[in-house]
Amino acid sequence: MSVVTFAVLALLAVGSAAGMLLRKNPIHGALFLAVNLGSVAALFLTLRAEFLAAVQIIVYAGAIAVLFVFAIMVLIPGKEETGPDPLRRQRWLAVPVAGVFLILVGLALRSAVFGGAPKPPVPGGTEAVGRVLFTDYLFPFEVTSVLLLVAIVGVMALTKRRA
Amino acid sequence: MVPESYYVALSAVLFTMGVLGVLIRRNPLVIFMSIELMLNAANLALVAFGQRHGTADGQALVFFVLCVAAAEVAVGLAIIVAIFRLRRRLSVDELSALRG
Repeated sequence: MSVVTFAVLALLAVGSAAGMLLRKNPIHGALFLAVNLGSVAALFLTLRAEFLAAVQIIVYAGAIAVLFVFAIMVLIPGKEETGPDPLRRQRWLAVPVAGVFLILVGLALRSAVFGGAPKPPVPGGTEAVGRVLFTDYLFPFEVTSVLLLVAIVGVMALTKRRA
Repeated sequence: MVPESYYVALSAVLFTMGVLGVLIRRNPLVIFMSIELMLNAANLALVAFGQRHGTADGQALVFFVLCVAAAEVAVGLAIIVAIFRLRRRLSVDELSALRG
């Protein structure tokens, strides 16, 4: 049963990623990205990471996908990627390069530690994540708030129209 | 229960598709989406490894990756909008000069 769930979700994720790569219209790409992020959130649920599944839906599928759609609306889609491609030959080279990259990543991951009996799942789930975040990772957590503040100020400085 | 190695393999495939998107597309918005795809694939691998080793550290790390991704998208889209205002075109091949 869980294998079937995983297979369906994996197919959904890979298919939506392929749709994002192949569709010319960026708004279709943004919607495919939202599907992909949602299926990854469901995969988090099957990994018993409920907190991250909720955060994934709120931050990625909610905020980031909507931000992409807004940006596409502002930038008038459909005008780009229509002219002749100046680097057409180089772009075809990208497919074998990506294939070699996949093989390399696969080899690197095969050497990852998967031996031994699987450990029991994290006790406490969300509570354990919160405990770790506010004890071991307290300083990075605080730095994150500074990062978000810098991002807010930077975006406002970048998008301000000069008088 | 699905073994965690399946999740890691899926994340490798998704990451490679993100790399392919960055390589073959010309629209900076789609390139940005491909970068999001790669970050997401890395998150999936982190959660899978964390569950495999029975610690919550993987999930804490994913939380930070999410924050960085949110900041990155906001700043990146602002830069793209600023470039579009300047050039009225949207293709990464034309943005080869450092000066405006």
